[in-house]
Amino acid sequence: MFQETKSRSWISKHWWKATGSILVLYSIIAGLLGEVPVLPILHESVRNLYFHVTMWFSMLAIFSYSLYYSIKYLSKSNIKDDINAEKFANTGILLGSLGVVTGSLWARFTWGAWWVNDPKLNGAAISILIYFAYVVLRNSMDEEQKRAKVAAVYNIFAFVLMLVFVMVYPRLNQVDSLHPGNGGNPGFSSYDLDKNMRVVFYPAVLGWIMIGIWISRLSARAEAVAYKQMTISTNNKIDKNDEIL
Amino acid sequence: MKSYNWLLFIIFMLIQRIGIAQGTIDMAETMRSNGKIYVVVGVISIIFLGIIIYLIRLDGKISRIEKKINNTAE
Repeated sequence: MFQETKSRSWISKHWWKATGSILVLYSIIAGLLGEVPVLPILHESVRNLYFHVTMWFSMLAIFSYSLYYSIKYLSKSNIKDDINAEKFANTGILLGSLGVVTGSLWARFTWGAWWVNDPKLNGAAISILIYFAYVVLRNSMDEEQKRAKVAAVYNIFAFVLMLVFVMVYPRLNQVDSLHPGNGGNPGFSSYDLDKNMRVVFYPAVLGWIMIGIWISRLSARAEAVAYKQMTISTNNKIDKNDEIL
Repeated sequence: MKSYNWLLFIIFMLIQRIGIAQGTIDMAETMRSNGKIYVVVGVISIIFLGIIIYLIRLDGKISRIEKKINNTAE
């Protein structure tokens, strides 16, 4: 998907960026104007589903990409994969932070407090902190290969922990959540998600995933260019078998 | 007549309940009826499109730098 070759046409290279933008734009228009179920407490704020919940779904996808690149780095030792893993993790942190902040605002006006002792909130907050630790750990090392290797190993660890805190912990029988499908199952099928909402929600998730990939790739490409220029300017001989870009 | 009384009572109760349910939940009807919700949709769409245009320009800029670096490397 991301291999840059000259022979490919403009459409085959950029279609997913356009699709992502159109899907999110559609979700903004249809999400604000479309029919929503009339529910107590939530009122019009049920529309936040299209914007707040999509942040979490796309965060999961982006962290999965980051994990993919980390595993790829460990098997191939190509510094390009390390750069991708870091930039995708950064985008995931951005989406997750937006999810926490928007969720907090939504909670204030539906549950009555900025932060409630809810397993989904705490699990999400812990997950974000785990990824903050990834960034700190990666930046704390200078030696390139060592930094990439340690960061990749930690990233696998972080992903598994994130899954436990976001997917497993809120589903335990002992914990109760204010989120829909509370009391054991925060799953989506239990949502009061009617047909009108599904046709906006799923395209919105797909759109945000594509935009997340786009942002991550832009950041990674800029970093890769800077890296390549550094290796040229320091007159390091670039091995043609080990292509950086 | 007397045997239908309970049925009428239940129907009346149901109508009353539906009325209560619809009356208590506020949706943004005024915003929609006077058309001003479209202004909000417009503003958010413009902001989003602005961000997308920024990303497109950034994409192009990085592509140009990549091309330049690749040419000097060869």
